[in-house]
Amino acid sequence: MRHYIAKRVGYSVLSLLLLSLTIFLFIRLTGDPASLLTEPGASAADVAAIQHKFGLDRPVWVQYGLFMFNLLRGDLGDSFYYQTPVLELYQSRLPHSLLLGVVAMGFSLVLGIPTGILAAIRVGRFWDSAGKLFALLGLSLPSFLVGLLLILFFSVYLEWLPSSGSGTFWHLLMPAFALGWYFAAAHMRLTRSSMLEVLGSEYVKLARLKGLPEALVIGKHAFKNALIPVLTLAGINLIQMINVAVVVETVFAWPGIGRLLYEGVTFRDFPVVQGVVILGGSMIVVVNLLIDIVYALVDPRIRLEQ
Amino acid sequence: MLNSTRNFVSSDMETAPLLEVRNLSTYYVSASGTRIVRAVDDVSFSLRAGETLGIVGESGSGKSTLALTLMRVLPPAAQIVSGAMRLEGEDLVGKSENEMQHIRGKRIAMILQDPMASLNPLFSIGDQVGETLRQHEGASRRSAWQQAIGLLKSVRIPAAETRVTQYPHEMSGGMRQRIVGAIGISCEPRVLIADEPTTSLDLTIQAQYLNLLDELRKEHGIGLIFITHNLGIVAKMCDQLVVMYAGRVVESGPVRQVFNAPAHPYTAALLSSIPRMSNRRKRLIAIDGQPPDMSNLPPGCAFASRCPAVFERCRNEAPPVFTPAPGHTARCWRSAPEMAGSVAMSVGALS
Repeated sequence: MRHYIAKRVGYSVLSLLLLSLTIFLFIRLTGDPASLLTEPGASAADVAAIQHKFGLDRPVWVQYGLFMFNLLRGDLGDSFYYQTPVLELYQSRLPHSLLLGVVAMGFSLVLGIPTGILAAIRVGRFWDSAGKLFALLGLSLPSFLVGLLLILFFSVYLEWLPSSGSGTFWHLLMPAFALGWYFAAAHMRLTRSSMLEVLGSEYVKLARLKGLPEALVIGKHAFKNALIPVLTLAGINLIQMINVAVVVETVFAWPGIGRLLYEGVTFRDFPVVQGVVILGGSMIVVVNLLIDIVYALVDPRIRLEQ
Repeated sequence: MLNSTRNFVSSDMETAPLLEVRNLSTYYVSASGTRIVRAVDDVSFSLRAGETLGIVGESGSGKSTLALTLMRVLPPAAQIVSGAMRLEGEDLVGKSENEMQHIRGKRIAMILQDPMASLNPLFSIGDQVGETLRQHEGASRRSAWQQAIGLLKSVRIPAAETRVTQYPHEMSGGMRQRIVGAIGISCEPRVLIADEPTTSLDLTIQAQYLNLLDELRKEHGIGLIFITHNLGIVAKMCDQLVVMYAGRVVESGPVRQVFNAPAHPYTAALLSSIPRMSNRRKRLIAIDGQPPDMSNLPPGCAFASRCPAVFERCRNEAPPVFTPAPGHTARCWRSAPEMAGSVAMSVGALS
């Protein structure tokens, strides 16, 4: 178990290093931020001064070296646009994103897992077809469209819910639904296929041959095995929901990290984009690590591996 | 009076079959209803207490579907279309799913062919062995656990006390197979069906496991059904033999009699294809051709296209069940009473 964890931690550090290099180089392909931070028609000297101020006139490898040096000290740099530390910006947006992500995840699991199980045990019949339709809609309707339809129906037509912003429980409902919708469909499909696979297994057959009631066969023998892949996916999805809910947060003007990233890209605010991507990436890596460890706790085959 | 009643019951138990199957048919029907596979077609046999019945046949001959039919755990596409099965005189075909749950694992149990996949990887051995006892005997978790230890000991698993706390992946194949066996006998069933229980075991373990099953049969007076394609195992273990081909019983009878005088050319061919140590120099005899497409069987005998003793009638008309000797049946025109003279010749021609 200790050896297993050490190996996982090693892989995690390596992935983060690669991520930092990739985002650092790629964001520099979007163009020169100085041209956006100066007045239109500003003199070449003004642009050069801005470039010098943010260190953009130095060779890329020097910039990366400095960036990594600061990163290791926990400093993500200052936003070009807001002129405040990126970490502070991130921290001010994080609670909003967490709230949205957790509610959307809860919604997607509550909807996705039971419908997935229902579809699997009624395979080929009404509930399976209904589930397939739901999954198709969930996966193919883009979240901005779902968001706009929700706003149109609940805000414009019915005037029940606020169309944008944050602050109350009512503000949360539509963005959480729009965000959770897609993931509910993904969770439903994975639960269904995983459940079908487990239901066809020999140990489920043996459970039936033992004379166990169907509720116990599904609830005990099939469910726990079928849930393993779904939990993995849900863990990774939660981080995605928190960090890259760019579209939903923009549509509903939800002041979360997704919107911060959107702003960062629009203004070529390199430190913001790098910071958001690296922090988000770290979360994904840490959650994957935690999932691997939880796996080991749930599954004796991993737990007892020497 | 009381005494005589008891005598009557016990003598009745001795003669009445433990499990009786009459004209049982199970078909797989495709979703559109156009394709029908007669996986089990008009099968009859009976099993007495303490007796071992071997069911042999090649892959796809309907052996496993027959076993699942007896347990009533068929996949949704399969259904019992006709026939009767009676366990200790009680009809099983008409039982509701709820009633069957009280019979499965308790009065009739089954051991699956793949021991590596038959145990749930996420639950301990003790939990999985004791589960049947908790379900059928109302045993508490604690007492089921204790009984599980006893069961593991009875199937010769060393250090049973620690083994119950372990998980399937910590066991060898032979151990897992014995654990699956322990689950099968946990509620002392009247009938135990073993579906190719030794295919995945090496020969030494195989022999041990067969001995173990035989001892359990003797100790508990279990009626044992052995599904196999290994005729050597049948010779060693079984009293009665049922040979299946394309979903039908082509021959049945006492093992010794069938082995000595097979009435169906398929049985004869199976017997002659066993490799023998004595004829080292002879080539291994194989049965030519392929088994027929189960969804599109020929109008006559299903074995006709591969049969060395085939004649015109075989191709056009499916043979009914004939009785060449008392207790010995065969679905072959060569066993028809009017063919009495030519039977010996045709079988003789095979060997």
